[in-house]
Amino acid sequence: MVQAFCDWLSNTPVSLKIQTILWIIPAVQTVHILCVSFVMASMAMLDLRLMGIAGKRQPISRMVDRFVPWVWRVLLILLASGAILTIGEPGRELLNWAFRTKMAMVATVSLILLLVQQVNKRDPKFWENRRIAATAVGVVSLLLWVGIVTAGRWIAYV
Amino acid sequence: MSIFRLCAWLESTRVAAAIRVSTWLFPTIETIHVLSIVLVVGSIAMFDLRLLGLSSRDRSVTEVYDDVMPWTRSAFVCAVIAGGLLFTSSATKYYVNVPFRLKMLTLLLAGVNTAYFELWTRRGIAAWNHATRTPRAAKLAGGISLVLWILVVAFGRWIGFTKQ
Repeated sequence: MVQAFCDWLSNTPVSLKIQTILWIIPAVQTVHILCVSFVMASMAMLDLRLMGIAGKRQPISRMVDRFVPWVWRVLLILLASGAILTIGEPGRELLNWAFRTKMAMVATVSLILLLVQQVNKRDPKFWENRRIAATAVGVVSLLLWVGIVTAGRWIAYV
Repeated sequence: MSIFRLCAWLESTRVAAAIRVSTWLFPTIETIHVLSIVLVVGSIAMFDLRLLGLSSRDRSVTEVYDDVMPWTRSAFVCAVIAGGLLFTSSATKYYVNVPFRLKMLTLLLAGVNTAYFELWTRRGIAAWNHATRTPRAAKLAGGISLVLWILVVAFGRWIGFTKQ
């Protein structure tokens, strides 16, 4: 069924435009990678802060307030650029288990990030006061982000 | 010995052969390369945005610098090591690849920009450390750095589409 959808999508005028205008895919991928850079750097710092390993000068709540709103905005750009790439080459993404794994991880880490943000809003001292929970969240989050980038690269190889 | 001959020799090493032959070595090293690069670019962008007075204005320039630079440096070292291994696996093909050459040139320019900032612009930092409106030299350093690193990513991606 997904195969049929991919076949249909890859023959739409939009998809054909993306496929034939050769600079579109590399350019959109570049935007995608630059957005990943922003998210990875922010999330690496936040996760290591949650784990208590780095950046202890700043309170956790400050970091969350500073980074997370921007991460949401950039995630939107990532979704949009990803959508363009998928419309251009539907089968390459939708029929690929590395891609599906990546999107499952994106969904999971988004929920975790939302949790971190909402909890922080209600009680800015929450994560400071719960070292073990904060560390666990930081570790899982970091592993997921690294997993997302890895799965993303492996789409080309699987 | 010409550079091309050096590349041919690198390609003939056992490390290079191992990477070429394996199904998973190249993708794995490349993944480490990509992870390192995104950390370099992401962290340096944070500092560049501070130099431009566009973000983290409530923090001093040196505070942002001290938070960010360890990331940038260690991730850069990782990126170079991984990149070196990738290069070795098909050295002659990368050497003649135009986007690869442009990427290396851009990296060199980024290095020059960083050196200039470190050696000159940073000297007077006490005067504008807490300023939101930083001096022109600082803004230029940040702006040029951002543009160059965006180009590094763009050329890097382009290699994948043109390498033989």
